[in-house]
Amino acid sequence: MATKLGDYKTQVHNDWCPGCGDFGIVNAIQMSLTEMQIPRHKAAIFSGIGCSGKTSHFINVYGVHTLHGRVLTFAQGAKIANPEMTIVAVGGDGDGLGIGAGHFVAAGRRNVNMTYIIFDNAVYGLTKGQASPTLKLGEQTKSLANPNSNYNVNPIALAISSGFTFVARSYSYDVRQLKNIITAAIKHKGLSFIDILQPCPTYNDLYTRDWFAGIDQINEETKKPTPRIYNLSDTGYDPVVHYSTITELNEKLSQALEKSLEWGNKIPTGIFYKNELITPYTKRITDKIPNYLENPAAKQKISKNGKSTTDVSDILDSLKI
Amino acid sequence: MAFDYSWLIGGPQGSGVDTAANIFSRVSAKLGYHIFGKREYHSNIMGEHSYFVVRLSDEKISSNVNGANIMVAYDAETLIRHCLEIFKGGAIIYDSSVIDTTIDEIPTLEVGYKKRLLEFFKSKNMEPNVSSIIDLAKKNGVKVYPVSFRDVLANIANELGKPELSRMVRLFNILGVSFSLGILKAPIEPLLETIEDTFSKKPSIIELNKKAANFSYNYASAKFSDFQDSISNNGKSENTLLVQGHQGSALGKMVCGCRFQSYYPITPASDESEFLETHEILQVREDRPGSTSIIQTEDEISAIGMAIGASLTGVRSATSTSGPGFSLMAETLGWAGINEVPVVITLFQRSGPSTGLPTRHGQDDLLFAINAGHGEFPRIVYASGDVEDSFYDTGKCFNFADIFQVPVIHILDKFIASSIVTCNRFDPDLVSIDRGKLLEKIDGDYKRFALSEDGISPRSKLGLENGIFWNTGDESDEYGHITEDPVTRIQMMDKRQTKVEQIISLIPKEDQAVVYGKLDICIVSWGSPKGPILDAIEMHKQDGYEIGFIDIKLLHPFPTDYIKSLLIDSSIVIDIEANMTGQLASLIKENLLRDPDYYILKYTGRPMTCTEIFDSLKKILEKKAEKKQVLSYGD
Ligand SMILES: Cc1ncc(C[n+]2csc(CCOP(=O)(O)OP(=O)(O)O)c2C)c(N)n1
Ligand code: SF4
Ligand SMILES: [Mg+2]
Repeated sequence: MATKLGDYKTQVHNDWCPGCGDFGIVNAIQMSLTEMQIPRHKAAIFSGIGCSGKTSHFINVYGVHTLHGRVLTFAQGAKIANPEMTIVAVGGDGDGLGIGAGHFVAAGRRNVNMTYIIFDNAVYGLTKGQASPTLKLGEQTKSLANPNSNYNVNPIALAISSGFTFVARSYSYDVRQLKNIITAAIKHKGLSFIDILQPCPTYNDLYTRDWFAGIDQINEETKKPTPRIYNLSDTGYDPVVHYSTITELNEKLSQALEKSLEWGNKIPTGIFYKNELITPYTKRITDKIPNYLENPAAKQKISKNGKSTTDVSDILDSLKI
Repeated sequence: MAFDYSWLIGGPQGSGVDTAANIFSRVSAKLGYHIFGKREYHSNIMGEHSYFVVRLSDEKISSNVNGANIMVAYDAETLIRHCLEIFKGGAIIYDSSVIDTTIDEIPTLEVGYKKRLLEFFKSKNMEPNVSSIIDLAKKNGVKVYPVSFRDVLANIANELGKPELSRMVRLFNILGVSFSLGILKAPIEPLLETIEDTFSKKPSIIELNKKAANFSYNYASAKFSDFQDSISNNGKSENTLLVQGHQGSALGKMVCGCRFQSYYPITPASDESEFLETHEILQVREDRPGSTSIIQTEDEISAIGMAIGASLTGVRSATSTSGPGFSLMAETLGWAGINEVPVVITLFQRSGPSTGLPTRHGQDDLLFAINAGHGEFPRIVYASGDVEDSFYDTGKCFNFADIFQVPVIHILDKFIASSIVTCNRFDPDLVSIDRGKLLEKIDGDYKRFALSEDGISPRSKLGLENGIFWNTGDESDEYGHITEDPVTRIQMMDKRQTKVEQIISLIPKEDQAVVYGKLDICIVSWGSPKGPILDAIEMHKQDGYEIGFIDIKLLHPFPTDYIKSLLIDSSIVIDIEANMTGQLASLIKENLLRDPDYYILKYTGRPMTCTEIFDSLKKILEKKAEKKQVLSYGD
């Protein structure tokens, strides 16, 4: 029986502020799961701590709301132990790029087959609006006493240089594009990353819905705002690495890095970089353990009638004197 | 009198002292001796002093003694540090090239050590150099055998017609062991067999090593023939293993079905993970091969996070670490607590605080293991006293984790990790597997944290149909959704806390504490002092004194009533542990409202010897002991 959008929703009261960009992201994840018809028990949402961290409670699949900054560690452990699960990890920009930045980089290097989504609102929402790692130097959002004194992290560039093999950006109010990108990310063979620009109407008075819509950039002729957000795919941009040549790989990495620097009047969204030629972690395991995918940890039988079925006699023999 | 013999080998780190000691241990074990060996080394890769002591006996032994009968010294520092530990009638074989070395020429002596040394030389009116300390050893009745390792190597190279070999100083290992076995007139075959086993992965060097062994064995038996001690064939038992400390828990994990271990490298824990990875593909009876996923993570926070993630899929999962890494795990441990996730943390203690003595022994993390993490949640802290126990206890720890759905901290330490011992072959049939309330099938409405009498709810796992649940580090309702409702809070806190009573009442008494002898005069201890304590008790028994011993294994929750009942008639209680403050004693004080009468403590980073414990117990028996005795033997 086909699952419907409603099947992926829980009854849990959603306590995000009215107008929060997070709503669009939850909807898009649910739409994507519906579109792909992923059985509810075969999917798990792992989340960090922050406003964004509550996401797992709103989606009716396995939901693991972890610790501040640690979501990727839990998620990778689960995926490696049970590679049949569809795993989406989500969290805030503070969660993933501040306290969890080490895990972010390490996860990229592993390239475990799952998806990681950052809710990028440039503030620490749940702790009342402090500067997050994506807020730019000198910017001052509403609850800051002084302008931000740190340079910002570039999530797209960091993901690319850490080894993520699918790197995209989307916008939380463009739920259709968002859903499409989430679906592409989940289908990607390797670790996919989506940086979602997520307005926080409560604490971020700089990157507002209006700002993204460009209401301060009125076109002289049409007298209409010129939206900042545009889609890379509308510009003929090709993010995919097609051949395993160094030249092509370097070209694709460079173009993605260059695009990641674009910010201000025009902000690119869409897929920046996609490379399925880099081995996913699964392949790195099956190279050592050939039957890993048929018989991963979660499927192995370890006992019969309460007794161990593992046979270590060869190892014990080797220790015999 | 039992045969009891200790052999010491020392040299700069990286010179192969370990290989030599492993070969010596294996040869002695092949001859049928019981072995207890310990390895001491600096936090350094090359150049600092390291040594290995192997004790052999024809009876079961479980510790080292003070001193040794025979020593092989590769360098001046070994002579300086250990010469005077050699017993009267013993022997020292040393590289003659170091004889003129002065104290000032040894750069690796610590400032404080050097100062004490110079004072010692001065007090004896001796020149501060190697030759005078050797003279002193001679005066003490020790035979000394200088030998030029280089010349012997050159002769071997000559004999083989391969002059380039004279530069292969790595062969010094084989020389050292072979001299030792030659002087002790041990049969040579076990040595040649052991060389084959040791280098089986590099067949090209087997022959060379055998030739070198033969040559130096004969050299020693010819040139050192005035030395009388000998070891001989003792008849070996079929059922004996020679194991290294980290192999017990690793094999325990394989057998009990742990299929996921994440770790970040740290001494003395990583050897265990590396051993598991070497054997990551597992043979399974009547089934296709299984495997363990061993993941080296970016830090210990990730290590425990991954292990928990894996455990949520129903897999028996663990992480393995030491103090600094465990400190980083504290927050995540609490997450496992509130979410009732079974996960095993194998904690190989070393000396803290901070980086402390990173390659040395200590038992200073007991109270931290019990209290790590903020908030109140049940956990189990369980300790093993030796390698053999660590094999069986590992399986028990996984059962506890599954049955009670709590994190289990299984405490081992550097002493266990870097010892090499003979023991009975591990018996996997004695390991039972109990997964508690883990579900394989679910129908109808499911609540992961359903309130229940015993505090333990049926457990689903990621991927199970109809078993969807939520986890959160926040307080939650029965489904696992966040709640701040005060009534639910009480229910959930109480539910989790109920497990404490379950743990105490369901874990069998014999797994909570192991009792040895009559408990009138009674030692209480935990973990690795077990070996030296048992040996010391045996020594006193031969002198006609009976001392009892309670090895407390379940340290948290503390088995108060059971321990109280055991100690009820004890007239003297003696606490023995390798830390400064007596951490077990503080648990006894807190729970039993009884202060041990005596403390025997050690916090130099060096393991206790049975000699030290024997001596301290003797003082207590003679009523000459202070309340607290602090041990300090060992370099
Ligand atoms: C170890 C730790 N330190 C601090 C906190 C407090 N804390 C909760 S949420 C948060 C920041 C959240 O910001 P972000 O990750 O950007 O998520 P958002 O709320 O913006 O979605 C912090 C610092 C915590 N929960 N844990
Ligand atoms: S504080 Fe900002 S991010 Fe958090 S719920 Fe409110 S609007 Fe959303
Ligand atoms: Mg944020």
